[in-house]
Amino acid sequence: MNAPAYNFAYLDEQTKRMIRRAILKAIAIPGYQVPFASREMPMPYGWGTGGVQVTAALLGPQDVLKVIDQGSDDTTNAISIRKFFAKTAGVATTTATDEATVIQTRHRIPEKALNENQVLVYQVPIPEPLRFLEPRETETRRMHALAEYGLMHVKLYEDIARFGHIATAYAYPVKVNARYVMDPSPTPKFDNPKMDNCPALQLFGAGREKRIYAIPPYTQVVSLDFEDHPFEPYRFNAPCALCGAENSYLDEIVTDDQGGRMFVCSDTDYCEGRQAAGHRGSLSAAPYKEKAQEASNG
Amino acid sequence: MADQNLVENDEPLLVAESLSKSFGRIAACRDVSFSLYPGEVLAIVGESGSGKSTLLQMLSGQLAPGSGHVSYRMRDGVTRDLSTLGEAERRFLFRTDWGFVHQDPAQGLRMAVSAGANVGERLMAVGWNHYGRIRDTASDWLTRVEIDTARIDDAPRTYSGGMRQRLQIARNLVTEPRLVFMDEPTGGLDVSVQARLLDLLRSLVAELHLAVIIVTHDLAVARLLSHRVMVMKGGRVIETGLTDQVLDDPREPYTQLLVSSILPP
Repeated sequence: MNAPAYNFAYLDEQTKRMIRRAILKAIAIPGYQVPFASREMPMPYGWGTGGVQVTAALLGPQDVLKVIDQGSDDTTNAISIRKFFAKTAGVATTTATDEATVIQTRHRIPEKALNENQVLVYQVPIPEPLRFLEPRETETRRMHALAEYGLMHVKLYEDIARFGHIATAYAYPVKVNARYVMDPSPTPKFDNPKMDNCPALQLFGAGREKRIYAIPPYTQVVSLDFEDHPFEPYRFNAPCALCGAENSYLDEIVTDDQGGRMFVCSDTDYCEGRQAAGHRGSLSAAPYKEKAQEASNG
Repeated sequence: MADQNLVENDEPLLVAESLSKSFGRIAACRDVSFSLYPGEVLAIVGESGSGKSTLLQMLSGQLAPGSGHVSYRMRDGVTRDLSTLGEAERRFLFRTDWGFVHQDPAQGLRMAVSAGANVGERLMAVGWNHYGRIRDTASDWLTRVEIDTARIDDAPRTYSGGMRQRLQIARNLVTEPRLVFMDEPTGGLDVSVQARLLDLLRSLVAELHLAVIIVTHDLAVARLLSHRVMVMKGGRVIETGLTDQVLDDPREPYTQLLVSSILPP
């Protein structure tokens, strides 16, 4: 460890115990938001203070950590959190989904299916799915306690009345274990089916709102909908321009001011893996060009 | 069937037994007892501060009585004391078999969501899960309260006062409640709008065989809508009887004063 002034993984052991107790309770009541004494972290709220605390409480010296932000391993948020734990816990880090034991994520679930030895930690800005419909915390707690979820359908109704279909594209409400309605953090609804019956443990940490909730492995997660307007995952209707994937979630990248754009996988590890395996999209660099460049350099 | 209806109408729907409530030294409500039968409209009249609203809150289970009991005959025919109901049961009762029309529609409506969703909310709360059917029912109810169905997707923010009040009524009646509480439903509306609303209420009450407890300080509203009147003063019921009887031939000096203070038409 190259920062001896810190305890292992930054937080002191008592704090980690407090967080672990909240995590255990959250696992025992799937989808229920457990309050916890969120600490100040050396990063601003909104940058994943909740996720970082959950990760810190989970990490052991043998763990391999992967951090993604919108699916990408190399954005500022992902890199700084990965470096933070490399420094304070000295754990191994990776960008490969299948090598990681703990994956902290902001706004995406990796494309590659997770396994039983992995934990997925979500960064959550607003844990309360009913918040924008019912501003009173006392009232939303009561609604959860009594399973009064008619209001959630009011939101979906409004979507259909206004747009003709359920236009909620992210933070799409789900019902966990046929009991609690939960906000899956702002993941695209494309990822909702991946949460259902997932072999990996899924933990959600909201630092500013001081809540932790969980989906234990192999738990039923159902996206709310209407009989005549069923839930549908949304995806741009195009293959990835770099790896040609037809079934991954895509980012739209504007390439010029003439309306040019390209669609690429938001999960960078998945996309790179496919390219390494020889898959090519319409805009990937032609192999002969790379070879020619190598020849001129070398 | 007819026999059963007869029996059902014979038993009171709601019974209040010596209800009292005081806030500190102020006795807001003292020893109020009455029975309400299915399809009956009871008006509670009195000036501001006479305890009408406190009484209404106790009757509708929103405020625990200081002493006394309120019992209600549930849809399964069993009469139960409201204080023995769990919170979940009470809230369920409140959004299915009961309605509550507030004086200020902003309290009873979700001002930011569309009229259709406002009417549909109760249906969704009891498990309706078919958008088309919810919308059809909502638009049917908007027609019944004389709101143009073209405005089904507009938020009540954009509605006039009278329309808001009619929307609030539709939102309450959509689950076909048997008992509706109304707290000054015509307060703050101008006279012609009041008249239309009263007309509408009168026909809906008759058509749906609703029992209504209506709190008002407007004796004209009581005369138009109610079968029975209770006059309150200083937290007590000072006079009660059939509406015509109380308003045409008031016995108590205070009721005489109330009746005589209506301007002649």
